[in-house]
Amino acid sequence: MAIKRAQLKQQKQDALAARQPALSMPEGGEWITAARKDAAGRLDAMGLPIRRDEYWKYTRPDAFTSAEPVAAALTDDAGTQVFEGVDVLTVVFRDGAFDADASDDLALDGVEISRLADAAQADIHWAKDIYGALETAGQDPVERPLAALNTAYATDGLVIRATGAAAKPIHVVYERSSDTSDAVLHHVVKVEEGASVTLLETGAAGARANTVTEAAIADTAAFHHVRSQGRDQERQLVTHMFARLGTESTFKSFTLTPNGKMTRNECIMELTGDDAIAHVAGALMADGKDVHQDDTIFITHDAVNCESRQVFKKVLSNGATGVFQGKILVKQGAQKTDGYQISQSLLLDEDSQFLAKPELEIYADDVACSHGSTSGAIDEDALYYLRARGIPHRKAQDLMVLAFLAEAVDEIESEELREAILRRIRLWLDLEDDL
Amino acid sequence: MLEIKNLHVKLEDEDKQILKGLNLTVETGKVHAIMGPNGSGKSTLSYVLSGRDGYEVTDGSATMDGFDLLEAETEERAAEGLFLAFQYPVEIPGVSNMTFLRTALNAQRKARGEEEMSATDFLKMVREKAKSLKIDADMLKRPVNMGFSGGEKKRNEILQMAVLEPKMCILDETDSGLDVDAMKLVSDGVNALRDEGRSFLVITHYQRLLDHIVPDVVHIMADGRIIKTGGPELALEVEKNGYADLLAENA
Ligand SMILES: Nc1ncnc2c1ncn2[C@@H]1O[C@H](COP(=O)(O)OP(=O)(O)O)[C@@H](O)[C@H]1O
Ligand SMILES: [Mg+2]
Repeated sequence: MAIKRAQLKQQKQDALAARQPALSMPEGGEWITAARKDAAGRLDAMGLPIRRDEYWKYTRPDAFTSAEPVAAALTDDAGTQVFEGVDVLTVVFRDGAFDADASDDLALDGVEISRLADAAQADIHWAKDIYGALETAGQDPVERPLAALNTAYATDGLVIRATGAAAKPIHVVYERSSDTSDAVLHHVVKVEEGASVTLLETGAAGARANTVTEAAIADTAAFHHVRSQGRDQERQLVTHMFARLGTESTFKSFTLTPNGKMTRNECIMELTGDDAIAHVAGALMADGKDVHQDDTIFITHDAVNCESRQVFKKVLSNGATGVFQGKILVKQGAQKTDGYQISQSLLLDEDSQFLAKPELEIYADDVACSHGSTSGAIDEDALYYLRARGIPHRKAQDLMVLAFLAEAVDEIESEELREAILRRIRLWLDLEDDL
Repeated sequence: MLEIKNLHVKLEDEDKQILKGLNLTVETGKVHAIMGPNGSGKSTLSYVLSGRDGYEVTDGSATMDGFDLLEAETEERAAEGLFLAFQYPVEIPGVSNMTFLRTALNAQRKARGEEEMSATDFLKMVREKAKSLKIDADMLKRPVNMGFSGGEKKRNEILQMAVLEPKMCILDETDSGLDVDAMKLVSDGVNALRDEGRSFLVITHYQRLLDHIVPDVVHIMADGRIIKTGGPELALEVEKNGYADLLAENA
């Protein structure tokens, strides 16, 4: 055993040694340099994930740990138009670099927004208490080295502080023009007591991208997060969302993954104040044998009377793979916890696969937690019924795909955003708008 | 005109013959009824005509105005004007009734090379037709057949028929599970659609539906064959004496 562990540790160190030469720590002020060095220290201690890691059992980390990204051909429709028509403040990063010309002024009622690259120049900044701090907390009990790597080496991102009700959503658009770009971006979101803000993200950020968002949500505050990850066939993307929730706060996150070669989305939420609500949902449309997508969720209940909810729907076709690892940890004393988790896949053929690992770990005695996972083919009776009314096979199937995904999309609180996502899915499926 | 000749059908996965040389012609504009005991193959006939998986045609033919039904895909048969009102309408979560109807109508129109119907015209048309079947706005918005009562499902079938305006309508036990009022609604809906260009094949186990939808011709089916054909009086005979005599006659 001991030898095996030492071996694993060495392999992780080797993986890091292979990746490290391509990384360089950006210049910055005192606060961020300290945070980056801390993160580099954490990373040094952990190494990088390897295939034999239990936490990477269903997803190969290679795409994220190689020194250079695997080239990713550009596509015409990268899917950045998802929120068209929604009144937003737009911020554009192109291949990981801030695009001032394409971005709006970073001025919005109820919110202070700046670039991380600017905030990093200061010697002291409010983001100091969050940047790397939530990520550090999220390293226990499971290591997430790619997040530490991000904290240490991220070149830019947004630093958002909501002090009131944000006048409109902040929309981060990730464009890419390069087939070899390697983006590392880090966002910090602080939602003050009673404040609320919505963050939207679309696109692929880079041929390879590693993004981290740390969100500190104060008492009675609300943070909504809706993203569509870029319908970009070859991009490789690893994301981490770390959220810490205060008393009576709300956090709702929804992710649409419309293809992409490799995606790993980790969402780590800690409910630290009583009566908090945390919802995370995802809809995946994965088509093709090279498409692999992984949602890895870790929710820690550490307060009384909190609610958490996970709803994941994955449509898999032509040999695609979908992964769901979702864990609810209810700590001692987190009584009256209401934890719900469902992950479902719709397999459109026999070559595709869904791998699910739902987990509950409960140390309180007065809780209601449930989880379920299903995997199934399309309902043949329903398909026949639709076809008997003249709807062609493919369209009938697409209607059912939309219906299946809609159950995850419905988790989005804002009707406008929900409709925007549904409209886009319909468009991609070539279905008519609802009346 | 629907023409079925010497139709032999077996289950695909089992060595079980269900239709054993069925002959039937429904002329354009006519209403024919098929009656017969449970298990005689009535639903199988409707499924085979609409192209459901699981059946194998081993002999015979079925055409609609010369169009070879058995060779075509299910959706092609529908676009050609064949409509089957299901004995057990299927529930489809997440797809609204309205979207379903519109997608179906436009898909059929597209397949026939016709112009799609505008959203406004469509809404107007559906609301009108729904009203006469006492289908309210909520039922139109809800997912197809989800949470519908038995009667509501059958009314929904007739609404689909009214919207799609097929030329050949097969109604498979549309009366089953209906109370008197629902039966009246459904029959009125069907009768309103009777037209010289449209034919009906009404499958029923009981005579009472035929009091409302009066057929031109009645067929008795048993063991995968039509064993007797007559006028509406044949249905009354069955109602009075049951199937036993007819079956014995034929044995
Ligand atoms: N898919 C099937 N699998 C097994 N048996 C079937 C299937 N479809 C029909 N049958 C059998 O074929 C016979 C005719 O059934 P059906 O067409 O439903 O008769 P009806 O509608 O006249 O009651 C019955 O014996 C029934 O059990
Ligand atoms: Mg039947």
